Amino acid sequence: MLMTEARTHQAEAFQRVDATPLPVLLQVQGVTLQYKTPQHLVTATYRVDFDVHEADRFVILGPSGCGKSTLLKAVGGFMNPVEGSMRIRGREISGPGPDRMMVFQEFEQLMPWKTVLQNVLFPMKVSGRFKGADARERALSALAKVNLSKFADVYPHMLSGGMKMRVAIARAMAMEPDILLMDEPFAALDALTRRKMQEELLGLWDQLHFTVMFVTHSIEEAILVGSRILVLSPHPGRVRAELNSTGFGHGSVDHPDFGRLSKRIHDFLFEDELAVEVRS
Amino acid sequence: MATHAAPGLRPEYERQLTDASDVGEVQRPLSLSERLWGSTPFRRFVMLIVLAVVWECYARFLSNPLLFPTFSETLATFWRDLVDGPLISRTFTSLQVLVLGYGAGLALAAVFTTLAVSSRIGTDLLSTLTAMFNPLPAIALLPLALIWFGLGIPSLVFVIIHSVLWAVSLNTHSGFRSVPETLRMSGRNYGLSGIRYVMLILIPAAFPAILAGLKIGWAFAWRTLIAAELVFGVSSRSGGLGWYIFEARAELLTAQVFAGLLTVILIGLFVESVIFRAIEARTVQRWGMQR
Repeated sequence: MLMTEARTHQAEAFQRVDATPLPVLLQVQGVTLQYKTPQHLVTATYRVDFDVHEADRFVILGPSGCGKSTLLKAVGGFMNPVEGSMRIRGREISGPGPDRMMVFQEFEQLMPWKTVLQNVLFPMKVSGRFKGADARERALSALAKVNLSKFADVYPHMLSGGMKMRVAIARAMAMEPDILLMDEPFAALDALTRRKMQEELLGLWDQLHFTVMFVTHSIEEAILVGSRILVLSPHPGRVRAELNSTGFGHGSVDHPDFGRLSKRIHDFLFEDELAVEVRS
Repeated sequence: MATHAAPGLRPEYERQLTDASDVGEVQRPLSLSERLWGSTPFRRFVMLIVLAVVWECYARFLSNPLLFPTFSETLATFWRDLVDGPLISRTFTSLQVLVLGYGAGLALAAVFTTLAVSSRIGTDLLSTLTAMFNPLPAIALLPLALIWFGLGIPSLVFVIIHSVLWAVSLNTHSGFRSVPETLRMSGRNYGLSGIRYVMLILIPAAFPAILAGLKIGWAFAWRTLIAAELVFGVSSRSGGLGWYIFEARAELLTAQVFAGLLTVILIGLFVESVIFRAIEARTVQRWGMQR
């Protein structure tokens, strides 16, 4: 079953590569991000440019401290770049908004005082995007998509980590945002659950073709989940490469192409260390 | 990449799973005694009975009703004063003042914490004021209250406000500050800001701390009230429970003193283990924010 799934991903991928690219959704140009800690002014990213097209599974990959999460937060509107511009559908990003729904790594993102269904309904209601019976219907269908219909009236503390993450994803998807921003969403899960969640995310994408920006530090996860990978250099984050990674699923992990791409990314990320080793 | 050496290589094996159906009962309901002993109210009730028995035995052994009346005598006095004595009206007076002071204290605490979350100056103000006034016992302010407001309810309300305000503000503010960053960001992600952000995200997320503050504030208020009534209950006509105790002491009716104390304890227990317990069960425990 995994193999067939992998093949459909692959088949689709080749069609998509041949086809003309879909319109640009998010445009990031020359963005430098800085934040202050009590002791230092840290430059997280330096003059980063990239475009996210519609229906991209755009992965930002880099070692820790390359500013990838900061970059995602900036797209989310939680910080302003010191230079450069970020536009979504041509509009400058000026603050957080429900058109860019975020999914975080921490399970605390769910409101413990609301049931699963109320959690999914909450952003729809407070943003006024969907109301009443319509909102409820959408919430239930979002929960059905992540296989949590049975748990609609349960409080989050009774769910496992993977289930909490599914609720967070359902909550974000139900809003039908322009772009889904995921900040290492599966990093806190155990390996088996993570793998399952990756498959489910790809399954959802196959149904809905939403646009997602996904931050990770795992090369394997980047190749599996992404359709396009932005490789950032460490400290401060600068763009090292942007690669295609369409056509890989869990079935193709031992495929030679997977290994080649993985090796290529590995070399991008660790070239400094290699250079040091050669020199010494 | 270097391969790691494998010391003492052992043969691999695979097994068929054995049938596990003859383990016996996997799950059985607990017996009645086990369930009773597992229930906290029951265990606490048993504890109360034990304490009452110890009291009764010791008082009988001492046999000095002027110093230490027996449990049964205290209970009888309590019942007598409750049915056709002044106990109910005294309690009512106390509770009235308490509700007034507690409510005003909470309202002020809300104002202070709102100031504290909305600006840095507000935070500094609250921190300084709580650092100054929290260690100051409310009773120590009573002489000042008497000068400012004279004998009567306003003085009592003043000291109760003082005892509630700082404890509740401090707890609420530290509760707000410990709301996880992720949750705050989620809230802002949905476009929440200002008062809606406070009402829909901060207050529920900080509710365990707020509730703890309410409980501490209540206990402080109740203690302060009884103590304040004891101090100047003498010249007040419609006195409260403190005055009831004071009067009984003046007439050396020790059993009545005990009955007054018992009432104070019972009301404290009721608010703590009925009202606050119910709020806890419906909120923080249901939400899994507290065990």
